[in-house]
Amino acid sequence: MTSNDALDLAAAICSLLGAFLSLAAGIGLLRFPDALSRLHAATKPQVLGLLFIVAAIALASRSWSALLALLPVLLFQVLTAPISAHMVGRAGYRTGNFRRELLIVDELENAVDEATREAEEAGEQVEDRGVGPAPSA
Amino acid sequence: MSTVLTVLYFAAGLMFTATALLAVARIVRGPSILDRVIASDVLLTTLLLVIGAEMVVTGHTRTIPLMVVLAATAVFGTIAVARYVSKQDKVTASPGEQDESAADAPALPVEGGDR
Repeated sequence: MTSNDALDLAAAICSLLGAFLSLAAGIGLLRFPDALSRLHAATKPQVLGLLFIVAAIALASRSWSALLALLPVLLFQVLTAPISAHMVGRAGYRTGNFRRELLIVDELENAVDEATREAEEAGEQVEDRGVGPAPSA
Repeated sequence: MSTVLTVLYFAAGLMFTATALLAVARIVRGPSILDRVIASDVLLTTLLLVIGAEMVVTGHTRTIPLMVVLAATAVFGTIAVARYVSKQDKVTASPGEQDESAADAPALPVEGGDR
């Protein structure tokens, strides 16, 4: 086995691992019971799967410049995946789109209750938080 | 050697295909718009990975810019939908009592009266 073959094999295995993580996300997406646990499954290939694929591309092309060009991909994904996950999780919690009996601890409940009560005492709408009275629309 | 590679690539391709189909199934089934947006996010991530894997298989690096753009802009759709949902949505049932059928209520105002 030459070193070229070894690199090709490593690249193939890396892309297979990336595909496997992606498959895990797909299965979790279909099998998990509520939006928040589906969110958990969905984030697996976003970082680690992409890392494997980027490694596979770098191994297959055997060039540092390709790796350098791929670093922004990883960087963007690592920076933005938590943002979108946070926004979806926040919306999922606030719209009650999860199964409460599956939760072990709900630390956000008190904070939301508190915010709702304060908003009601102040007698003003907190549209932005989505917990107060609904907008008139 | 090349047989082994072919088998590995083929297995990876099957996994990507299965993921895309599962994500589409979740997009179709919902039940809420959040599930759909999560599933479409997975579909986009799968597309990103497939573009990368295609470069590995065919041995070129021409589509790296496509990956960069996809990775940089994937977040906007999700954020827009999630933001819209948390602004507009009211909790219709108390979350503890929500079962699958109650969660089936559309998260957005229904267009048309077909439900």
